[in-house]
Amino acid sequence: MEILKPLPAGRRIFSQTVTVLAYGAVVLALLPLLSLLIQIVTAGVKQLSWNALTHALIEEPSGFLNAILGTFLMVAIAAVISLPIGLITAIYLSEFGKQSRISQVIRFAVNILSAVPSIVAGVFAYAVVVIAMQTPSALAGSVALVLVMLPMVILAGEEALKLVPKEQRSASAALGANTMQTTFKVVVASALPGLTTAGLLAVARAMGETAPLIFTAQFSQDYPNGLFSTTSSLSVLIYNYANSPDTAQNELAWTASLVLAAIVLTLSVISRFVLKNKAAR
Amino acid sequence: MTISTPNVRPGIPDDSILDKQRSIISVDRLFINFSLCVSLTVLGLLLWLGFVIFKQAAPAIGQYGLGFLFSQEWDVNGLVFGALPYIYGTLVSSFIALLFAVPIGLAVAILTSEDFLPIWMRNPIVFLIELIASIPSVIIGFWGIFVLIPALKPVQGLLHKLLGWIPFFSTETAGPSMFVAGAILGIMILPTISSISRDVMRSVPSEMRSASMALGATKWEMIFSILLPSSISGIIGAVMLGLGRALGETMAVTMVIGNSNRLNVSLFDAGNTIPAILANQFPEALDPAHIGALMYLAMILFALTLMVNMGALYLVKALGFKE
Repeated sequence: MEILKPLPAGRRIFSQTVTVLAYGAVVLALLPLLSLLIQIVTAGVKQLSWNALTHALIEEPSGFLNAILGTFLMVAIAAVISLPIGLITAIYLSEFGKQSRISQVIRFAVNILSAVPSIVAGVFAYAVVVIAMQTPSALAGSVALVLVMLPMVILAGEEALKLVPKEQRSASAALGANTMQTTFKVVVASALPGLTTAGLLAVARAMGETAPLIFTAQFSQDYPNGLFSTTSSLSVLIYNYANSPDTAQNELAWTASLVLAAIVLTLSVISRFVLKNKAAR
Repeated sequence: MTISTPNVRPGIPDDSILDKQRSIISVDRLFINFSLCVSLTVLGLLLWLGFVIFKQAAPAIGQYGLGFLFSQEWDVNGLVFGALPYIYGTLVSSFIALLFAVPIGLAVAILTSEDFLPIWMRNPIVFLIELIASIPSVIIGFWGIFVLIPALKPVQGLLHKLLGWIPFFSTETAGPSMFVAGAILGIMILPTISSISRDVMRSVPSEMRSASMALGATKWEMIFSILLPSSISGIIGAVMLGLGRALGETMAVTMVIGNSNRLNVSLFDAGNTIPAILANQFPEALDPAHIGALMYLAMILFALTLMVNMGALYLVKALGFKE
């Protein structure tokens, strides 16, 4: 009955040691997140007030409505440009181009674009928009954000469209629908939750981006003033005031962090919820 | 009645239907061509980006040549520029990040894909780890300044005391350092590494696990001899995607690395990276030579991430075909 002998001590100790190490690693992985969330909430609520949310920095030392509006303005413009272009490109890649030479080249370009560091996107927007217009502007910030959002929308959008079963396309065509009807009324309609998720995640990412905005939109203490002047954003406000020796400015940055994190996390949780809902149906 | 275009389906007798069919088909063609044009603008955008960065960097490339890569001097007032400290810092901080993130990320992937924890515990862990990826990096950097730097100061002090004879640990830290930057990058790329590795491990057939354990291997022996070797190409792909992210990460690093303009061998001294110097100096860069040197740096960074990501893409794709 040799088989019933217990595991030799060496192998047993090895197993137990590795198990302990692995559990330790998971705890270590979760620790920063917990610490981060606790820190944002405890430091952020101190100055969170109705007053802070409804006044610009120029009117009220603890106000940052200008930064909230600036972030929304630039992300909105970037979304208006990148969502349609991204969606149509995703449709082309998944419905028409498929594995053709040209669509493989485009897909490769999208992958490369998604790997471009966001600061390089900022450098590009600086060279193209800021140098030409002689001034940092909300427009330049939006151009940089488009470069961040576009590949995300295309890659996730194509995945969502590819999940629609081939039979649905065939059935639609067999009923006499033409390509456009099949694409929009059948494929896009049933991939809508996935496409929404793609869009929401791209918007969430753009909301938190800082690197492309520091030298393209820069910062202003006043409300956003059109597309062609310096514009504040939550992320750049946090960056500018994080290292400030003035503790009041630090606290403002914590409050802005809380608001920004709340917006971004809500968007990502909603996007998960949209997908889950679809799976349940 | 003649059918002129080959696209029109034959055998439809009624002329008016035929006309309608023809116009629908032309609308379809129009739409397909339109979507192709839109897709090509995305390709054009990438080429434009590459061209603009190269054009802006060209004067600096002409002036400093390849010596730029190996020169250590960076003097804005004297207009002397060399990239070595920044290239070094970018590579070293990313390497430290991998030292932290690869073992921890793999442990997370193993514990959440294999039969260690009940399902109701696995999913929340996966969710929380992936939550890290969605937090804006500027907030992680801010947390780094106020929480991580003070927390790591005693760790760095201890390492210096114990291993101070190694050049990498040879100085007392002031707080912000290359080491802290590596640690914060490790935290940020952990979700990339763990979630891709987890997907890869889950795609390993369960028969292989059963076979190995039926032959008497313990769970960990099975993991080390079967699971990890058979998912190695996917894991390497995941690590390279993480590396690509670490190389280009800007805000969190800028905020905790100390932004020194000198190349310091000790990891506990302040350092600098290409993204960090771009973020710091671009807003104030006025002199064309200075802007050119920064553009040259941006181009190096672009090329670096391009190579790493193309490698990762190739590996992940090679795996995708095997499945």
